[in-house]
Amino acid sequence: MIDTVVHLLLLLLLPPLLLGVINKTKALFAGRVGAPFLQSYYDLWKLFRKGMVFSSATTWIFRAGPLVTFAAVLMAGLLVPLGPFDAPVAFAGDLILFAYLFGLARFFTTAAALDTGSAFEGMGAAREVTFSCLSEPALFFGFLVLAKQYGSLSLTGMLHGPAGGMPASVVAPIVLVAIGLFIVMLAETCRIPVDDPNTHLELTMIHEVMVLDHSGPLLGTVLYSASIRLFVLGSVLLHLVAPFQFGDPLLDWLAFVAELLALSVAIGVIESIMARLRMRRVPYLLTGALLLCGSGFILLVR
Amino acid sequence: MLSLILVFAAIAAFALGGLPSCIISPRTSAGRVLAAVFSLAGGLLGLAGLAVFAFGSSLGEAFTLAQGGPASLDLAWVLPWGSFSVALDPLSAVFLAPVFAIPALGSLYGLGYRSDREDRGVRRLLDPFYGILAASMALVLIARDGVLFLIAWEVMAMAAFFAATSEDEGDEVRRAGWVYLIATHIGTLCLFAMFSLWNAETGSFALLPSQGILASGGILFVLAVAGFGFKAGLMPLHVWLPAAHANAPSQVSGVMSGVMLKLGIYGIIRVCSLMPIAPAWWGTTLLVAGAVTGIAGIAFAIGQSDIKRMLAYSSIENIGIIAMGMGLALLGRTNERWDWILLGLGAALFHVWNHALFKSLLFFASGGVVHAAETRDMDALGGIARRAPALAGLFLVASLAICALPPLNGFAGEWLLYLGLFRTLDIGGVGGGIISAPVAAVAAVALALIGSLAVAAFVRLYGAVFLGSPRSGQAEMVHEPRAAMLIPMAILAAACLALGVFPRIALIPIEAAVRSWAPTIPAGASIANIASLWWTAPLGTVLAAIALTMALLTRSFRRRARGAAATRAASTAAPGAISGAPGTWDCGYARPTPRMQYTGSSFGASIVHMLAFVLWPRGGREKAKGFFPASWRHEASVPDAILDRAIMPVVEWGGSYLPRIRVFQRGQTHMYVLYVLIITIALLVFSWMGA
Repeated sequence: MIDTVVHLLLLLLLPPLLLGVINKTKALFAGRVGAPFLQSYYDLWKLFRKGMVFSSATTWIFRAGPLVTFAAVLMAGLLVPLGPFDAPVAFAGDLILFAYLFGLARFFTTAAALDTGSAFEGMGAAREVTFSCLSEPALFFGFLVLAKQYGSLSLTGMLHGPAGGMPASVVAPIVLVAIGLFIVMLAETCRIPVDDPNTHLELTMIHEVMVLDHSGPLLGTVLYSASIRLFVLGSVLLHLVAPFQFGDPLLDWLAFVAELLALSVAIGVIESIMARLRMRRVPYLLTGALLLCGSGFILLVR
Repeated sequence: MLSLILVFAAIAAFALGGLPSCIISPRTSAGRVLAAVFSLAGGLLGLAGLAVFAFGSSLGEAFTLAQGGPASLDLAWVLPWGSFSVALDPLSAVFLAPVFAIPALGSLYGLGYRSDREDRGVRRLLDPFYGILAASMALVLIARDGVLFLIAWEVMAMAAFFAATSEDEGDEVRRAGWVYLIATHIGTLCLFAMFSLWNAETGSFALLPSQGILASGGILFVLAVAGFGFKAGLMPLHVWLPAAHANAPSQVSGVMSGVMLKLGIYGIIRVCSLMPIAPAWWGTTLLVAGAVTGIAGIAFAIGQSDIKRMLAYSSIENIGIIAMGMGLALLGRTNERWDWILLGLGAALFHVWNHALFKSLLFFASGGVVHAAETRDMDALGGIARRAPALAGLFLVASLAICALPPLNGFAGEWLLYLGLFRTLDIGGVGGGIISAPVAAVAAVALALIGSLAVAAFVRLYGAVFLGSPRSGQAEMVHEPRAAMLIPMAILAAACLALGVFPRIALIPIEAAVRSWAPTIPAGASIANIASLWWTAPLGTVLAAIALTMALLTRSFRRRARGAAATRAASTAAPGAISGAPGTWDCGYARPTPRMQYTGSSFGASIVHMLAFVLWPRGGREKAKGFFPASWRHEASVPDAILDRAIMPVVEWGGSYLPRIRVFQRGQTHMYVLYVLIITIALLVFSWMGA
């Protein structure tokens, strides 16, 4: 019960901090002081108190887009186990629901973008759906490996793994899948090298350009959902790269938060030392992720 | 027995209801109203029959056959072969439900589709054949004799031809009709061969499970997949499908795509149920064919700019998904894995229902757009959601459902299939059986690819047609359709939502059908045991609750914000004009026009480019020449890889040589009689030589 409450609190409150950590890391690399860690919270607070402007071309789809996206991402967050604790909602086959909730979010985000009738937003939407055609199969290959390896069809069982740790013979597939899923996570959360959240040029954006016309609380919802998405996918990945547990609930929760912040630092480092890929190269990167996860599967069932 | 009588009454109502349209003067609307009334009555009678079949004979009849057992009837008839034997079993019942429901709703929709004035010639062809199409589909499903089956099958194929080409003034319509006619007859020929072989092997045309092992079981299976595959639209046998669906009146497209294609699926399932064994390659074939059909179907859909052609390709994709379910079920039979059968065939049958619901809804709704705008080109449309919000809402429900997004019915169906495919991993050492099939699990990845491509395809369609600003004057002609059209669509949308939130309603009859297909499933095994769907209703509720809470939150914040009222007033001014204030912020560009929006073609271009090795798009990426290129023309299309790239060139090449043998075709009757005589004598000589 207490774990569920902590899960919900972390899911709702922690995500904006991750963005703050990433930006702070990037600032340190650039030799700047950077915005405070809590800047994302201030931004959200500011946006939620603003008014909204709606283009005359838009319909209710435009307003529903961020709301449905938020609902889908939050629901996905309820299916993922955090650290060694079980997810609040778990059933056999919830991994499929997990993936399709992101599909629901994508449908509404891109439809809202098309609703503005702007060429730039259409461009971003087209890129989003194109790249997801590669990242989603990669995700499922990863799921196949984990399901086969850990003998469970629910995210909770699949990510926790057996009690005695994984046998040495399966380390190779898991490592391949971890790399693949890391790339998928970067793509789904629109980070470098797939997308640059700080770019100023609309022509090269993916996610940012889709929300150009959103303002006020709706823009706040969009940013909030994006940070929750990072939180959710990051905690899936953490199970593969840091499957530690201490046995003490308090220690475990603290360790989980620390791991998540470390992952944010890692993302910040990658963003600092890499350039964004050219748009035409992104499919190659994602195909690479697909092949990595697929190779993991082949290694496992050979 | 009562259930069969009701089904026969429904068939009669469908078959006869359209005939008055031929007699009554087309100047009045009496004929079409009568046809719709008969169709609705037929649909209700048929569904009542199914209800009696499902819930037992509580109406005091002597027969208690309805309790799970088949209600059957055998009559003598005049034909030398076969017999008039019909029966109702759970498998037939599952397929009969959409056969009764969708055409009835479609005929109601048809009342509002065209005005009387536009209608005159078309109705005389459309109404009778539309009814006969529905009636013959029902007869196909209850036939238990090969000859009767083939007769009903051929009537169905011909009725569909006449109904689909009823607007035959266009060149394109007639061409589509020809291609359909040729394809469907090649398929029927395969079925002739299959049923003859069946007769030779078992000694009768009766479609009863074979007792002994059939020597030519493999050939029967291949003939069934080929023959029924033409009807269902399995790649590469789909060649007739896109053009025929695009050019038919929308209620006919809806019935053809939503219901008629599924009869091909029914045929394969039925024939497999008659065979005593299923070798591993059967299931593998269907699984691979399904994955290929699904991926290629949806990829081609992304390349189309004709709305209805795109929907037709998406039907091919859904047939692929259903075929994957059947493949999994067949592998389960080979391997004696009941969970694969339950989940595979259960998912396939559930998807048959789901696709019938959302695809007919999509065709009906697109018919409303196409009819008002007088174009099927999505790149000429846009902004319709502002003009016809109800139509846009219904189309959105269907689009979400067909992308298998939660919490709608498409997701519940595909979830079962995913679960079945994941179970081929033999998790927890349950394995065993004849074949180890973790490779089958790769089909789950194919399904994921299909899913993400489907989202791309339907966001593209929805965005291009309904969102943004109107790209042409034609888009501005679209208005909300009449109530007669909206009501059937609303029923279909409500059914999509209901089956998504409460899928267990559908799973009761479907599980009965799966059991009748594989009677050896132990009593303890059920879909509910291996795939618990308790979470669907809470999921829908929670999703809606979070979205609503957030909506209220943003609203309450907004109300407190300064200047909110002014913003609202400004945003309702100048509707429809993209350059009006406040228009879309187009990154600082001062005078954007609707023509600058991303069209459906531009939205799909990157995926088409990525999949060019499958799609072979026409029209390259030419570069403009010079510093100030004057007028520029760019054309791009994705023709069908099989029909336009492979078959038509061969046919045209042959067509240049074939006129030489036209000397035999003189159009004089006595010449033809002479040919018949010559061939008869030749055959006689041949048979003497043989003896």
